[in-house]
Amino acid sequence: MPTIRLDVNGTERAVDAAEDTPLLYVLRNDLGLKAARFGCGSGRCGACFVLIDGRAVASCDTPLWAAAGRRIVTLEGLGSPEAPHPLQRAVIDEQAAQCGYCLSGILVSAAALLAANAAPTEAEVRAALDRNLCRCGSHNRLVRAVVRAAHGGAE
Amino acid sequence: MTGPLRRAGGGPDERPQLPGSLNANRRLGQWLRFLPEGLVEVRSGKVELGQGIATALAQIVADELDVAPARVRMVPASTASSPDEAVTSGSLSVQQSGTALRYACAEARALYLEAAAARLGKPVERLQVIDGEIVAVGGAHTSYWALADERLLDREATARVAPKSTHRFVGSNALRLDLPDKAFGRPRFVHDLEFPGMLHGRVLRPPSPAAALRALDDAQARALGAVVVRDGSFLGVLAEREEVAVKALERLRAGASWSEPATLPDAHALADWLQAQPVESKVVAEHAAAGAATPARTLRARFSRPYLAHASIGPSCALAHWRDGRLQVWCHSQGIYNLRADLALTLGLAAERIDVSHVEGAGCYGHNGADDVALDAALLARAAGERPVRVVWSRADELAWAPLGPAMAIALEADVDAGGEVLAWRHELWSNGHSTRPGRAATPTLLAAFHLERPFEPVLAIDPPLPAGGAERNARPLYGFPALRVVHHRVLSMPLRASALRSLGAFANVFAIESFVDDLARARDEDPVAWRLRHLTDARAHAVIEAAARRAGWAARRRREHCGHGIGFARYKNLGAYCAVVAEIEAAREIRVQRLVVAIDVGQVVNPDGVANQAEGGAIQAASWTLKEAVRFDRTRITSASWEDYPILGFSEVPAVEVEIVACPEDAPWVGAGEAAQGPTAAAIANAVRDALGVRVRDLPITPERIAATD
Ligand code: FES
Ligand code: FES
Repeated sequence: MPTIRLDVNGTERAVDAAEDTPLLYVLRNDLGLKAARFGCGSGRCGACFVLIDGRAVASCDTPLWAAAGRRIVTLEGLGSPEAPHPLQRAVIDEQAAQCGYCLSGILVSAAALLAANAAPTEAEVRAALDRNLCRCGSHNRLVRAVVRAAHGGAE
Repeated sequence: MTGPLRRAGGGPDERPQLPGSLNANRRLGQWLRFLPEGLVEVRSGKVELGQGIATALAQIVADELDVAPARVRMVPASTASSPDEAVTSGSLSVQQSGTALRYACAEARALYLEAAAARLGKPVERLQVIDGEIVAVGGAHTSYWALADERLLDREATARVAPKSTHRFVGSNALRLDLPDKAFGRPRFVHDLEFPGMLHGRVLRPPSPAAALRALDDAQARALGAVVVRDGSFLGVLAEREEVAVKALERLRAGASWSEPATLPDAHALADWLQAQPVESKVVAEHAAAGAATPARTLRARFSRPYLAHASIGPSCALAHWRDGRLQVWCHSQGIYNLRADLALTLGLAAERIDVSHVEGAGCYGHNGADDVALDAALLARAAGERPVRVVWSRADELAWAPLGPAMAIALEADVDAGGEVLAWRHELWSNGHSTRPGRAATPTLLAAFHLERPFEPVLAIDPPLPAGGAERNARPLYGFPALRVVHHRVLSMPLRASALRSLGAFANVFAIESFVDDLARARDEDPVAWRLRHLTDARAHAVIEAAARRAGWAARRRREHCGHGIGFARYKNLGAYCAVVAEIEAAREIRVQRLVVAIDVGQVVNPDGVANQAEGGAIQAASWTLKEAVRFDRTRITSASWEDYPILGFSEVPAVEVEIVACPEDAPWVGAGEAAQGPTAAAIANAVRDALGVRVRDLPITPERIAATD
């Protein structure tokens, strides 16, 4: 098995895994990063989204070889309790979840949106989150959280 | 250790009745203990399903004990240490567990005050508690933490200490305790749990509900280094790495051949099929009119809903570990003791040799695959040589193999007089039972148990007893009619696995009743809100309907082309939360719900924001069921096993939702909020479609095709 080097959350990590291994399993099982979650395994729900070179991508659908040499950021890399990303703060302020299983992937999609469009309209936020599914009906709270984050927390 | 745990509702009991779940779990020490480091550890048998119950219970505890909520540690439920509170379902958790905790904490506080009085040499009346510090007039003080001693609570509850009547934390918007972990992506879900030496397991489910394994070539799967487990038609793989387990599973699938009898009904004629099956019938409610008037005519309509999937975003997952003849299981079951009973039955093991611990899963909306996957993990771990095993279901299995919310057919009839006033109302419903939950039958109801070499017979779904009921939940209308008859036909053939899905029969019964009364009002040219108010005497029912109508601007609504307004109302289970919903829709190429106004009365409110969140989530999920969802199948297989074939409402389609919590009488007890909006939302949308297009769709979901076919 070859050693593959990955750039994850700004750190170089070496992984011993077959190069067609889905990135999701490597993040969760080899690197201990549990934010990206398995939902469907086929790019249809967004639970496993991570940023690759700034774009929100399904890690369940991305083989390791395609991720090597690119900049991978998971929700853990966006912020921490000590230095939260505005989206993380806004999600707590808006209490924007029920089970929260969908949350990591949604925040990753939102982070990609805000990086490209600092002041999105509500419709733009919804469109950007359309690749993410939520079954608990937390959609509107999540949209409010993204809009709030874009406005620097004051909403 | 705690005293012997008894099944809730078990056996004759001479002892006095205690409030809530305290009655079945009577030792105070089962519920809480103080820790010297300044924390109070609280054990509830109710589990976090994404509904925020842990936060609500912590608020209750903080109030009764006079401690800051941050000092409360809610311990995840486990059969090794938690009270047995049966199942977390039916919107009953605050009622059952919250009530028990109120009394247990009030009594614990009193016991600690006595101990403090002895230590400080002051009378109890001269002590007060400030965030766990017990302070005497004059300044002497001690604390729960300094006095922490488990022996103090090692006694039976008496419920003689009255809980507080004023609250600091109950009634306020406490922040969800679980949210920070989730917002920062820290491990929290059962899927994130990992033990040293853990193997990854996957199960190969049969391709159709009645399939039996004919032949198996597992060489290709084993060539990957995976262990293949077989027990009858139950098949699985174990591998060191997750992706290898997934790959081995696909190879095993390719190597398996099955006989597949065609056992499924015609998905396009489900209501006819239900009505043609053998049934067990009972009259749910009946009264006749005195001096009955002769009806001018009889109106009839038949309504239906399809099978619905839970469709949680995270598939079912569990871990199991066999050691020294004991089994440990970690899973997201709603009923850990009941699951343990069925695991014991299936595995031929004494229940005492099994521990089941709850770990959060993705959102749970009823009896899904959480219990089934626990058995899968136990069976695979048996072949893992004392190594722990984690099993995760595939998306396809989650959609096709978890129990489904059963299809229903409802026939309504109203005898009306010349003015269109109802003289007699008849409601007949056909449905499978709405529960195959584990732990209640003589044989297990766990999926893999039906596929073993020595299989158990699948158990036919039953209905929880009235007044809550299952299929017949909310079949009795709250409207005052001179004569009434409600008949429930439990369908006795069950080609698809059916069990409890959020609100059970209430969703379809309320959809049907509220659609039908809307047409009755319309036929009289009467405003649907006015009609409802005229037929209801309960002031709380009036209050939610009026609140929803006011907030939605019902009286001032204006007719716009392709747009419509509709209202729906119910009191959940006829004894729980009151809820009215007004829907505004636009019907162009597709139906878009633009706005839902939800007015809800849940009695006393522990966490208003939590109630609003639950009600809004329930309304959005119900909108998704109403507009989009149906389990699809041909005569052999379920075909809606992916998100493409089982679409749910997405971000761009979700309506604006406003929730108004309506004040209630002061002594109104706590009731749950999570299931009250389902039926009223469906009805409000259906009535808005009728308002916009003049088309009455009676078979869910309300799709453009259905509307075209109804024209
Ligand atoms: S798990 Fe990757 S998109 Fe669903
Ligand atoms: S909050 Fe549960 S799936 Fe989104």
